[in-house]
Amino acid sequence: MTESFAVNFAIAAPEVFLAVATMGLLVAGVIMGDKSARLITWLALATLAGYAALALAGLANGAGAAFSGALVADRFAVFAKVVIAIGAGLTLLLSDSFMQKEKLSRFEFPVLGLLAVLGMGMMVSAGDIIAVYMGIELQSLALYVMAAFNRDSLRSSEAGLKYFVLGALSSGLLLYGLSLIFGATGATDFDSIAAALAQEESLMFTIGLVFAISGLAFKVSAAPFHMWTPDVYEGAPTPVTAFLAAAPKFAAMALFARVLVGPFGEFIGDWQQVIVALAGISIGVGVFGALAQSNIKRLMAYSSIANMGYALMGLAAGTQNGVNGLLIYMTIYLLSVIGVFACILAMRRKDGMVEQIDDLAGLSQTNPGIAVALSMLMLSVAGLPPFAGFIAKLYVFMAALDAGLVLLAVFAALGTVVGAFYYLRIVKLIWFDEPAQGFVRPGRTVAYTAFGSAALAFPILVVFIFPLISQAGAAASALFS
Amino acid sequence: MYAIIVFGPLLGAAIAGLLQRYIGDRAAMWITTLLVCLSAGLSLYAFYDVAFVGNELTIEIARWFDIGAFQTSWSMRIDTLSAVMLVVVTFVSSLVHIYSFGYMSHDPHRARFFSYLSLFTFAMLMLVTANDFMQLFFGWEGVGLASYLLIGFWYKKPTANSAAIKAFVTNRVGDFGFALGIMAIFLIFGTIQFDGVFAQVAAMQGQATEFLGMRFYALEIIAFLLFIGAMGKSAQFFLHVWLPDAMEGPTPVSALIHAATMVTAGVFLVVRCSPIFEAAPVASAIVAVIGAITAFFAATIGMAQNDIKRVVAYSTCSQLGYMFFAAGLGLYGAAMFHLFTHAFFKALLFLGSGSVIHALHDEQDMRKMGGMWKVIPWTYAVMLIGTLALTGVGIPGTKLGFAGFFSKDAIIEGAFAVAADTGSQVATLAFWAGVVAALLTSFYSWRLIFMTFHGKHRGPQEHFEKAHESPPVMMGPLLILAVGAVFAGALFYSPFVGDAKDGFWRESVTFASAATHGEEAEHGEELHAEAGHSDEASETAENVTGQLTGDEADTEAAEAHAEGGEGAAHAASEEHGEEHGGHHVPTWVLWTPFVVTLLGFLGAVFFYLMRPGIPRRIGESGGPLHSFLYNKWFFDELYNATFVRGARGLGDLFWKVGDVRIVDGLGPNGVARAVRSGASRLSRLQTGYLYHYALVMLIAVVAIAGALIVLKG
Repeated sequence: MTESFAVNFAIAAPEVFLAVATMGLLVAGVIMGDKSARLITWLALATLAGYAALALAGLANGAGAAFSGALVADRFAVFAKVVIAIGAGLTLLLSDSFMQKEKLSRFEFPVLGLLAVLGMGMMVSAGDIIAVYMGIELQSLALYVMAAFNRDSLRSSEAGLKYFVLGALSSGLLLYGLSLIFGATGATDFDSIAAALAQEESLMFTIGLVFAISGLAFKVSAAPFHMWTPDVYEGAPTPVTAFLAAAPKFAAMALFARVLVGPFGEFIGDWQQVIVALAGISIGVGVFGALAQSNIKRLMAYSSIANMGYALMGLAAGTQNGVNGLLIYMTIYLLSVIGVFACILAMRRKDGMVEQIDDLAGLSQTNPGIAVALSMLMLSVAGLPPFAGFIAKLYVFMAALDAGLVLLAVFAALGTVVGAFYYLRIVKLIWFDEPAQGFVRPGRTVAYTAFGSAALAFPILVVFIFPLISQAGAAASALFS
Repeated sequence: MYAIIVFGPLLGAAIAGLLQRYIGDRAAMWITTLLVCLSAGLSLYAFYDVAFVGNELTIEIARWFDIGAFQTSWSMRIDTLSAVMLVVVTFVSSLVHIYSFGYMSHDPHRARFFSYLSLFTFAMLMLVTANDFMQLFFGWEGVGLASYLLIGFWYKKPTANSAAIKAFVTNRVGDFGFALGIMAIFLIFGTIQFDGVFAQVAAMQGQATEFLGMRFYALEIIAFLLFIGAMGKSAQFFLHVWLPDAMEGPTPVSALIHAATMVTAGVFLVVRCSPIFEAAPVASAIVAVIGAITAFFAATIGMAQNDIKRVVAYSTCSQLGYMFFAAGLGLYGAAMFHLFTHAFFKALLFLGSGSVIHALHDEQDMRKMGGMWKVIPWTYAVMLIGTLALTGVGIPGTKLGFAGFFSKDAIIEGAFAVAADTGSQVATLAFWAGVVAALLTSFYSWRLIFMTFHGKHRGPQEHFEKAHESPPVMMGPLLILAVGAVFAGALFYSPFVGDAKDGFWRESVTFASAATHGEEAEHGEELHAEAGHSDEASETAENVTGQLTGDEADTEAAEAHAEGGEGAAHAASEEHGEEHGGHHVPTWVLWTPFVVTLLGFLGAVFFYLMRPGIPRRIGESGGPLHSFLYNKWFFDELYNATFVRGARGLGDLFWKVGDVRIVDGLGPNGVARAVRSGASRLSRLQTGYLYHYALVMLIAVVAIAGALIVLKG
């Protein structure tokens, strides 16, 4: 232990700052009561901005590891943290007006969000299997509570409970897998595990790997560990669903990449087939499951399952290009999905929120702004060129093909065809059907988020993608150096 | 500066198009017009700077595609050729903008109109400043789109809509050829940059490629495909059908797009690719033949039309034919020169017709006009100037004459010179087609003037009495164009085709053909080379086009051989006797255009001033020749019977049998049914029971672990 505390602290500065600020906000909230919810939300946003800024500032020091390698700060981690902060920040911003209107405004909500972000930050920086577990648990516990946030609603409570029980099961699987890996290698930090595995590979390790992958697959809601997703997405309050759909997915996927290509990169033969299977099943379940849905939140749940399948294609390639594709895919997906949920939050009639897909009929006549934004986003998520979603898909497909995963790529391409059906059905409903009862005017933050997100998906603004691609490339290379 | 020239109109179009609701019609009109005028002013300077000072440059704005070897960027290539086009486009465009202030003053959608006009201008500028084929294609499609929008501007008029669609579809045929040409270029040359392609042309001479399962010379096929694109855009024979119908658009549009600028894009393309066409003798011959046919054929139709704008439209078609056969014979300077002068007098004629139509409350039928010179004398005067310029009035052997005199005679004489030097039958055909077309041009042009402005008024009397001269905002552009129509020829004769030609065009156009008679030192060698070309040409011709040009190319080859030896001496002696650049042809050739023009004029005087009864009787009796011409050689009917109905029949077959029964039955519908049932089965799995979910997860873990263990053995 030659590292001084100061060095450790410098590397962990973003997380330390976030933890301290979160505690501070919690105390402030307790003192000021629920009236302060809006203030706390804004302070939470400021905290996230500070977190991202500190993470970026850490870049100047180069890559480093703190606490005996448990916390790694490299370009990959920084990239992931910035995206997570953006995703979490936007969804917290979206939640504010909803929570006010639904009389759910509590100061705990942004605090819980920050705790989840702290967990995610630890996940993407993890350099040790204990840190992996801690990060995941911190994140998950916060999310369970958020899912059940509307205590008085049966659906919300049910969603929270289901999420919690199944999440506990998956944590158990993960922990069991990690302990098997520890048993096989006698080490907890990634470097030592890799070194030990280079000596000898055992069946114990293989089984441990499968269990660990299963636990992680649950977090990204990859099929067949996806069963919780539709129920939780539907039951949780909409802003919570938006939160769940955005940042945690990205964090879990980043962790997935870090674990698999980091210490276990040499054993791609072991895990590649597993990831290919997960990706294929996810795409199949996602696109076919979505066909039969009539609730837009459930639809988005299946859509997210399918999208995780596409992202896993990049991971299945196991190459630097693959991870690059994964990061690009997840970033674009995150931005689009926030926009979609902003549109869903705009689906409010005088007598409350509506969630049926048919309620969108004729939206182009009643609310053209949201109609255009949602159509753009749908076309983008469907992966039609020249929208941003197409570029995202292009990268993961290319990576998969380069890695020789032709069968998976063909299957995934067929999946996009089926998937296009339900995305286009929404566009058709919006533009060609008789208008249903109109929605009330959405709040400004909701509308702006929807427009902004749609704008990023719009082909002319595809320029934003080039810096994204280069940054993701740098982040991906950090894992392979 | 060049960025302002090109992007100014785009900015104007965007402002007028997107913000019209906020800024209002007037502001939209002013902004677009001022931006285009600014662009025109800068273009004039650019023209001077590039063509006479010699500051050629290429500016790269941004990368566009960068996929392996396929690289293209947004850039501006400013050389003499594009500078000439810049001036023509921006100049005519700004005059048309100004003119439209008056012409469109009652239209409720003025802002949209101006926005489209500016958008068109931008696309056209992108086209002419392109540095590679991709950007050229972008501009090409952009002007096509703007043309479609503007033809169909009065979208409530069904004829306007169908004309717009016709224009678009016909152009699509040409564009398909063009796109194939670009692909072929990339395939053969590995680049689509102009410089890169042109530099390799010599090396690719004789390179063969496969197309439609047959082997051809690569350059021939590329040149031919590019020419198909040019045919569509420039309304050449076979693909000309859209241009007359395009007159459904507002008249300023006809003047800008369908006379002065867009339709000349094809000529521009051929001239821009002159290095390729120089190396592709058969394709060049095809260009010349099609051009000659168009010049003649459109002129014959022009004689029998009654709609004032259609007459001018067919005249445009015919003049484009002149430009093409000039380009096909290697007279690129003359082609561009005619393009340049034509822009002035044809825009003038269109805008003048617009003024007449405006005065008569949208009456376009010349049979209902007459005697107009009394009520609209200024319009009469400018139309007269336009007609004099179009028919090419001037005194041969001197430097006195209207714009068309210089450019058209340069083409006709050039064609004769090529025919005399190489014995090419194509050139001979082109020469005679040019002469006959000049006769017809003169006839129908004066017919238009006499029917419109002279004699008794045949339309409703109250319209005639209420007719009034157009407002100054419309007359101003007409007067400016009239000045151009008078002087443009005399002023620019020397740089475009005369002595100063080489210093003017420099590298932007290739004059390799013997036809240009420029550099006599290599003349003999060139003839040898020409003979060599023709050898290939005859082979290629047999392969490619079989009967049509095969014979011609054969004779060409034989004669070129025969002339190979004596050619050098012959050409050299001929050259010594000559004083000015292109005019080394017998005197009778110099006078021929003049004489036929005079004949046409006298014919028109006889039929329409002295004996106006005769043509009317011919028209009413409906003789076969008249109805043949009046119905435009029955091209529309022919296309309708073959392509439209044929395509529809084929489509029906594919649709009813192929698609509905076979493809849909087994494909989409069958698959969709399977998908639907699969989806509902899948959602039934989603029971909502926690223990089911947990079970699925555990089964999955066990299954994966088991599979992996089995796989690893």
